[in-house]
This record gives sequence, structure tokens and C-alpha cells, in this order.
Amino acid sequence: MTALVIAEHRGGQLAASARRAVSAARRLDAAVELLVIGGEEAAAAAEAAAAVEGVERVLCCAGEAYAAQLAEPLAARVAELAEQRGYTAVLAAASSLAKDFLPRVAAALDVAMLSDVTAIEDAETFQRPLYGGSVIARLRCREPVRVMTVRGTAFPGASDGGEAPVERLEPGAAPALSRLLEERLSDSGRPELTAARVVVAGGRGLRDEAGVRELEALADQLGAAIGATRGAVDDGLLPSDAQVGLTAKVVAPELYIAVGLSGAIYHVSGMKDSRVVVAINTDEEAPIMQLADYALAADLFEALPRLRRALAADS
Amino acid sequence: MKVLVAVKRVVDDNVRVRLKGDGSGVETAHAKKAMNPFDEPAVEAAVRLREAGVAEEVVAVSVGEPGCEEVLRTALAFGADRAQLIEAEGELEPLGVSKALAAVAEREAPGLILLGQQATDDDAAQTGPMLAARLGWGQATFACALEAGEGEVRVTREVDGGKRDVAVPLPAVVTADLALNEPRYVKLPSIMKAKKKPLERQALEALGVDAAPRLDLLEVSEPPARPPGVRVDSAEALAERLRNEAQVC
Repeated sequence: MTALVIAEHRGGQLAASARRAVSAARRLDAAVELLVIGGEEAAAAAEAAAAVEGVERVLCCAGEAYAAQLAEPLAARVAELAEQRGYTAVLAAASSLAKDFLPRVAAALDVAMLSDVTAIEDAETFQRPLYGGSVIARLRCREPVRVMTVRGTAFPGASDGGEAPVERLEPGAAPALSRLLEERLSDSGRPELTAARVVVAGGRGLRDEAGVRELEALADQLGAAIGATRGAVDDGLLPSDAQVGLTAKVVAPELYIAVGLSGAIYHVSGMKDSRVVVAINTDEEAPIMQLADYALAADLFEALPRLRRALAADS
Repeated sequence: MKVLVAVKRVVDDNVRVRLKGDGSGVETAHAKKAMNPFDEPAVEAAVRLREAGVAEEVVAVSVGEPGCEEVLRTALAFGADRAQLIEAEGELEPLGVSKALAAVAEREAPGLILLGQQATDDDAAQTGPMLAARLGWGQATFACALEAGEGEVRVTREVDGGKRDVAVPLPAVVTADLALNEPRYVKLPSIMKAKKKPLERQALEALGVDAAPRLDLLEVSEPPARPPGVRVDSAEALAERLRNEAQVC
């Protein structure tokens, strides 16, 4: 029983989500191997991967065809490895990248796939959400290869402490189909949304630029990432990559402060596993006010400056 | 070019789903159904390609129980030219559906296949890329902008941390994000007209596809509820609680 975890990386750095996928893989009662696949920078990330506790071997596959992280070449190489080496599980943290290429791997292997796994009971029993997170399903998967994305927030990140050997692999299958034209990543200077300890999220209740500035001031003071509802994105208040919800980012920070948002089911399913939830809303009856650990019925333009002062005075 | 657009019938997004008493599954038999919300921008994009003269024909396809005719009629009312219903009883998984769609694609030979990026019932987001893999085609998932070029489509994808522009050679599979477009409001004359458009039915077995489920659903449950919270009456009281009680600030 050996599980292959595909590790995400960027600029030679191993993504935090890769450590979470490793601890998920360890619950499968399998030896864990980690694949770092990409351009030349993959080698640096592979060195970091070798230090992750619980990893028995790191496979590093660097090649021009994989540099743009396109689904077709990535999936072809992963499927090829799974067949050659007989892995019993292939998994990755749920992300826009894994959701793009992993179903292709499952199809190539002719096995069913599990998306967004939130609990691994044993090597063939899994839990995952349905219907926007309003239902939890327990499923048994007896496919010869268990292919799945795991929700990072549901598993702790494996720490350092390992000393795995790094095996260099030659580039393999890589069908040239799509081409990357341009990548535009937002650089807000704030922590990455899914990895942040604190998330400050806003909805339509922010109303305008002034509301957004209040939200940003609180986020900056707390070193928080900014989250958004679909409504706030549609109204052009906040960028689409800040959107929290089942169909966008799923977050579970230590502290989630929801400002001027009602708590529609799609948003809530993306944040309800946060440890502490605060809601600040003028509408006492908003669903988010029922869900929150601390609910403050107040106007954000009055409440946020006062909250900032009070938190600054406390510390 | 012919465009194939796949649509799924799901429990209406506005309905709160109920679990069967014995926890063996979700009560779907009597719930109100509708087209999967993510499929609407896919259908809209397909119809716009025909209106722009890029596509000659838009064919809507659905795999499932006979009631799926309803969502195919919706696709026809949006402007699809004809529809195909692949009739199948019982549970279907993305792998099986992707095989059925691949069989349809081999017969219809479309230049482009559009689907919603995921369905709001199983939230799997697998059918599109599985279909592309099966056909050996290129793919662009989570599309928020789509433009047809010479022998390719140019797609802007919504990805973690930003956006990616990709060019995919035709034939291709593209899955739609809700941000792809604003689906049109379907007016009554279009609905009437849709009733007369051709809809072909075929049994899944006739496609020679094995779509038997591979996973066993053991049980379903509601997620654990969060413990009840408290109301605080001021920003200062909130700060005090966050600092001393929750110890997060």
C-alpha cells in the first residue's frame, strides 16, 4: 500500500496545502510518497518536501512541459506513474490546480474519484460534503487506486522532521494541448486566504469604497486575509479571488470576522469550520448572526473603528 | 462548428434538501428540480457562439432519468437547436456520465463541449475534465471568459490567487464558472418554441457504456451544528471577548 501525494509548489516553495495532504495520506495506512512536478524550480521545492515528516520518498519530475502546470501534461505523467509504480492511492489538496488535473488522472485509470474529502476513517471509508456542505456523505471506495482531493482545512499540516530521499524522474508523458498565455495573480501583500490565521470578510453591506477601506484597515491591523461573498464580488467591491464559499475558497481560520454579509448557505459552507466566528451586521435576523460565536448588531462604519481602537488598546 | 452542451437536472438550489429517515440517502424523489445553476452559463455561452456565427448548431445533452427532459427543454428555450436525452435509471457518478457523454461526442463530433464546472448536488467538479481525458482533448475548467479563435478557444480561468488565460486547440472541453456570463431571461415565446424542437431519446445501454456506480454510499447525515453563540452589545465588549475568552486577538 503506497499513496502518492502530488504536492503543490510555487517559485521553489512547497505549498502549505501539501503538508495537509501528507497528513491525510498517512490516514490511509499506506507509505507516503510525494511528487513534486513542474519546471526547473521543482527541484528546490522537492528539497523542502524531503524534510516533511512521514514522507518516505520524494519524486521530483522537472521538465519544460510541466512548467505551466497545465492539466493535460500533469495528468498524463501522474497517471503514467500510478500505473508503472502501482500506487493504491493518488491524492492532492483540493485547489483549483488539483481540481483541474486529478479528474483526468482518475479517468485515465478508469476509477471513480472522491472530491473534497473531509475525513478519512480507514483506507476505504471516506466522508465528503454534498449539497453545498449541507449534507455529509460517508462513502466506501474499493477502487484499485483511490483518487481524491482532500480539503486542506480538514487535516493538520505535517511538520518537518523527515529525511526522505529525493528521486529524480525524467519527464514522461506530456501531451501538448493547451497553452498558457498569461497568469495574473493578485498580490495584495496579505496572507494567502486559505492559509491565513485570521480572515476578515465582507458582503454587500460594505456598500461602497468607504466600507471596503474599513474592512481593509481591520484586516491590516490583524494581519488578516480578506474574504468576500459572491454579492460583494458581483458588485465590484472585492476581487473574485477573495470569494469564500463552496464554489470558491473554503477556509477554516482561527478567527473569521464576517462584516455586512447575511450568511447565505454557499458562503457559510465555505467558512463554517472556522474556530471562532464573529458577525457584525445591522440585521439582527441575518443567518450569520445565528451562526456566529459573537454577534454584534451594529453599523460597520461605527463598529469597525471602535473595534480597531479597542483591540489596539488591549494589546 | 457544432457545440455540445451538457446539462444536469438537480434539486432546485432554493430548496432545502431533506435526508431520508434511515440516513440512506437524500430525499430527491419529490423535491423540486431545476437545471444545475452552473450549466446555465454553459448553455448561454453555447447559444452566444451560434448567435455570433462561430457555431452553426448547439446540441444539448443530458444523462439521467426521463425527467431530465425538463432541463433539456430549458436548454432549448435558451436557444439550443436540438436535444439528446440519454436515459439511465438509478445513481450515476461523474465517471459513468463522462463515458456516456464521450460516446455522444464521438457520434456528434462537436468542435467544443461546454459543461457547468460542477453540479450543486454532488459538488464533484469531475465530469468535464474526465470527459476531456476520455476523448484525449484539451480542457479549460472554471472559465469566466471565453472567446473563439482560429482553431482554438481562448479562455480566462478563475484559479486560486488570480486568473489564467489559456488557449486550447479544438476540439476542446470547457467548464463554466458562474462568472462566465449573465444567462438570459427566458421569455414565454421561447418556452413555447422549445416544446417543438427535436428531442431524441436513447437508452444508456444502447451507447455500450458501463456507467454502474463504483462507490457505495454508506450513509448521509447533517453536519454537526455549531454551539450557540452570544450577542455582544458593543465593539469594546467584542474586543474583550476575543482577547480574553476566545483568545484569538
